[in-house]
Amino acid sequence: MHAVRGLDLAVAQGTVCGVLGPNGAGKTTAVRLLTTLLRPDAGSARVAGHDLVREAAAVRRHIGVTGQSTSVDGDLTGRENLCLFGRLHRVRAPGQRAGELLDRFGLTEAADRPASSWSGGMRRRLDLAASLIRRPEVLFLDEPTTGLDPASRALIWDAVRELTGDGTTVLLTTQYLEEADRLADDIALVDRGRVAHTGTPAQFKAVVGAYVEVVVADADVMVRAAAVLDRLTGAEPSFAPERGAVGAVTRDETLTLPRLVRELDAAGVPLLDVSLRPPTLDEAFLRLTEKDEEHAA
Amino acid sequence: MSTVAYDGTALLGRQLRRMRNNPGLLILTQTMPISMLLFFGYVFGSALAVPGREYRSFLVPGLLVATAAGGIMAGMFQAAQDTHRGVMDRLRTLPISRSAVPLGQAAADLVVTAAGTVPFLLVGLAVGWRVEGGVLEAAAAVGLLLLFRFAMTWIGIFLGLLTRNEEAAGQLGGATFLLPLLSSAYIPTAGLPGWLRTAAEWNPISAVATALRDLFGNAPVPTDGAWPVTHPIAGSLAWCLVLIAVFMPLAVRRYAYGER
Repeated sequence: MHAVRGLDLAVAQGTVCGVLGPNGAGKTTAVRLLTTLLRPDAGSARVAGHDLVREAAAVRRHIGVTGQSTSVDGDLTGRENLCLFGRLHRVRAPGQRAGELLDRFGLTEAADRPASSWSGGMRRRLDLAASLIRRPEVLFLDEPTTGLDPASRALIWDAVRELTGDGTTVLLTTQYLEEADRLADDIALVDRGRVAHTGTPAQFKAVVGAYVEVVVADADVMVRAAAVLDRLTGAEPSFAPERGAVGAVTRDETLTLPRLVRELDAAGVPLLDVSLRPPTLDEAFLRLTEKDEEHAA
Repeated sequence: MSTVAYDGTALLGRQLRRMRNNPGLLILTQTMPISMLLFFGYVFGSALAVPGREYRSFLVPGLLVATAAGGIMAGMFQAAQDTHRGVMDRLRTLPISRSAVPLGQAAADLVVTAAGTVPFLLVGLAVGWRVEGGVLEAAAAVGLLLLFRFAMTWIGIFLGLLTRNEEAAGQLGGATFLLPLLSSAYIPTAGLPGWLRTAAEWNPISAVATALRDLFGNAPVPTDGAWPVTHPIAGSLAWCLVLIAVFMPLAVRRYAYGER
């Protein structure tokens, strides 16, 4: 069994690479390989210019890692955690650096309480702070915001943007297209252990488009709504009769929400709800696979 | 080597801070041997043919060694907890010496063990135990005890890195309470039936307990029995060195490679 096979990826310095993929795609395994926690049975990689296998110690000097589960010591306070990792990283004034980071992530108030008493979001922020204790050249973030409240998520996103401004390279895995879209310079879509697609967020959006969904009261109206969507998007509408919903993918950037509402209204479709949003990862994935098949045909 | 010492000291500090922040567990592990001394010494001691004070003099060194054998449990639980909670992964991605993490853990354990010996021996004195030999011999007894604890901790760290699961380690650790029962920690082995006696006398706990009784001057060395018991000091040293030589490299290796 290989969780990762033929994963080919290059990330330019000072950029964010978003590794996007469903659960079980091999994202975490890839991060564990690149952070020296696993040894590859074949292949090679260079991280911050150092060979992953032969120069593992040099790689460790230049990376920061925030894994999927928090990896700080719950029996230590937030400050003690950061001071410990700072000392082990040979930071010159670990106490001062710890104070800066606690401040940066809004953790100063709780700093002297054991981390086990903190909320999940606070612990994740502490985890990220621990990875930044000595400004890393390459930062690995494995699904850093999964299950986080919006405020913690925003803090983490800001921190990532700030870091790349300082020249740090970031490899970020995520299940959210939105997160990759907001943060990444380049996206690599990973499926079954290999890279399925790469491109910029704009290129991705151009391919996968947006998703239009209309919710109506009954089946007759649904058929009329589907006809309108068909005309506007040129795509085959899909139905979810149990919710009274009909939806379609669009790649037409001139299709805005007001225009959509006007067209539906003109066609005499009484609306309960209407939305225009980026597709979910599943929808994007489906769309990209369809596109592959079109190419193959 | 200086980097190992520096990292090891930082990690030793981590373990000591943890105990300070969470003193409940520490108090429990330190008072356990004292309660056992009182229960065994007065409950069992009254039922035994030997006079009570004599049994308690026999029991104090035995309990010291039995408690030291608990290093397997302590080492295992800590290593499994760190692995389970992801702390081990963070430490593995740091640019630190591969042996610093387990070494720091073992060193912290030694500090705590040494400190815990003091209240236990004070209670021992109160119930009638005495140093009946020379001061140097008594100091050697404490040194031997710590060496034994060190060996036990390395077995524990290795097993903890192997199980990687807090709960499994906790349950497996509980089983280590059985080890001193099949040894001369609580009872003289001479009265056991043949094969059971042989097994008990080859238990490292028996060698160390006999050595401590000899060094404290609490009981004479048995004239017949298995070699580690009739030569308890050489036997204890041999046991400790062999166990350290086997389990220390295994644990460091296991830590360094993780699940690789």
